[in-house]
Amino acid sequence: MESGIFHTTYPADMALRRTYAQKIRLAIFLLFMLVFPLFANRYYLTLANQVGIAVIGAIGLNILVGFTGQISLGQGGFLAVGAYTSGILTARFGVPWYASVLIACVVTSLVGTIFGIPSLRLKGLYLAIATLAAQVIILWVVTHWNAVTGGVDALVVPNPTLAGLRLNTDFRFYWIIWGLAGLTALATINLFRTHYGRAFIAIRDQDIAAEVMGIDIFRYKLLSFAISSFFVGLAGALIANYRNIVTWERFTTDVSVTYLAMIIIGGLGSVSGSFFGATFMTLLPAFLSNLGRLLRSNIPAIDTLIPYVQQAAFGLIIILFLIFEPEGLRKIWDDIKDYFRLWPFSY
Amino acid sequence: MDMALFIQLTLTGLTNGVILALAALGFVLIYKSSDVINFAQGEFLLIGAYMTYAMIAQVGLVWPLGVLVTLLLAIGLGIIVERFVLRPLIGEPIISVIMVTIGLSSVMQAVVNAIWGPYGQNFPPFIPSEPISILGATINADRLWATAIAVILLAFFTYFFRLSKEGIAMRAVADDQQASLSMGISVKKIFAWAWSIAAVTAAIAGALLANIVGVRGELASFGLRVFPVVILGGLDSIPGAVIGGLIIGLLETYTGGYIGNGLNQVVPFIVLILILMVRPYGLFGKEIIERV
Repeated sequence: MESGIFHTTYPADMALRRTYAQKIRLAIFLLFMLVFPLFANRYYLTLANQVGIAVIGAIGLNILVGFTGQISLGQGGFLAVGAYTSGILTARFGVPWYASVLIACVVTSLVGTIFGIPSLRLKGLYLAIATLAAQVIILWVVTHWNAVTGGVDALVVPNPTLAGLRLNTDFRFYWIIWGLAGLTALATINLFRTHYGRAFIAIRDQDIAAEVMGIDIFRYKLLSFAISSFFVGLAGALIANYRNIVTWERFTTDVSVTYLAMIIIGGLGSVSGSFFGATFMTLLPAFLSNLGRLLRSNIPAIDTLIPYVQQAAFGLIIILFLIFEPEGLRKIWDDIKDYFRLWPFSY
Repeated sequence: MDMALFIQLTLTGLTNGVILALAALGFVLIYKSSDVINFAQGEFLLIGAYMTYAMIAQVGLVWPLGVLVTLLLAIGLGIIVERFVLRPLIGEPIISVIMVTIGLSSVMQAVVNAIWGPYGQNFPPFIPSEPISILGATINADRLWATAIAVILLAFFTYFFRLSKEGIAMRAVADDQQASLSMGISVKKIFAWAWSIAAVTAAIAGALLANIVGVRGELASFGLRVFPVVILGGLDSIPGAVIGGLIIGLLETYTGGYIGNGLNQVVPFIVLILILMVRPYGLFGKEIIERV
């Protein structure tokens, strides 16, 4: 909540963007996103698409973890369900890709709900372990159910087409991915202005109090799993169609951890936080490997070290954020905004 | 039913189970005294294995001295981790504590890989490992040695927590930090104790595993494999870790031996989910888990 802003009407108070500064920032951001692909080269477009997919997945996970307070380590498994459902339907049964993406979302949503059932009896630590088990079980099914998933072999997915246009370049896919990312963000922001979203937040803050106030905890927790997994499934399905290839290595426990790191570093319980976190965690390894390439002439051994530097940086950043800025990048961003709004009288 | 196969599988399963129990022990110790779930347990084991390797094969110490130095280094590592990573997070929500140990595991893995490379190393076995035949089944001697060492350690820690002053202080801290502070127990010191003991047991398990399966990155997977063990046995129970380890060890080898198809990797996790649904505090854990 911004300080120093006073509304005199209810519509003004309930609006999504309440100040001119917010509207201008949104306009600048949208303009940037629209102009960016026209000037960016292929490498930056690839990065942008990866960020977009990560944003969708991170928002999905944040609905569950950040807003409803249910810790999930099963993200990688749910992404796999989305990717394989869409991939198999398109590649083997010739379902149009947009239909298969939608079906993948629904299937992931169902699977997520099933693995959410333990959350009715467990919370915190125990739920984290249960979802970790879900991750291991889903990945095992994916690698061993040869008849359907092709086991450990890669599943090749044909290029999607839209209105006769083959979506085979990063430029064309950019619009699909970021369009869907925008829709996901908008839907999620609005979700938390409805009574469903408020119920999720109430469960996170104090589950017993929420129940006393008439919220059916079972129903809303499962609903949260379902909505969250829906978006995660969307991210998974996009991975399948964008990469044209689905392999199980993309959905390991490490992926679950990376997504959790995204929303913690970005900011739990915040859509903009998911965006910051997904961007940061996707660009960090790319930045480090570019840095390594720059330093190659000075330090010849750097090529072999880069993967380890990336891994160590990943862990260190999680640790440092948790110790020094547990509320994440979003808090830093808010502090910056506050500083300038109150300038020169910020304390 | 093939009797020889059954005995062979049972023996292998039991020795596997003991090693799992040893890996789970450090995990239980930390949970018991500080209520922290340590997702980096597998990496502590990995570091233990590599440090033993470095001391014996690279520095060239005789093995008792090498193991001793490894254990001292492990104590230092445990104290450093507690002081600089876990202590700032006291009182933070559970997701932060889980994530910080995950971050820690990533850093530790990176350091190990950067120093010793991603490939496994040949370890000069310092425990005799020639095959021995028992009841018609063959088993390597180092597995039996590991079992003996594990049994001694587990018995010692059961005694330690039941009867020694420090052990009782650790249990008190786990139960109620404020009450223990007012009884004159230094909670910080207890946490440092818990982490260094956990690091030491992990280092011992790592050294034994290095001898049995070699020094390689996959040792870190034990960090995941202990979850079914500790949930089955009860997160805060040392006897639970032993029984859980034996049951999961047998379950893994029986499903691997009789059914196959990699099912042994996933069955423990199915058991884990079932246990969580039915009896979340496990076989021997305290029944204080908060139900929703």
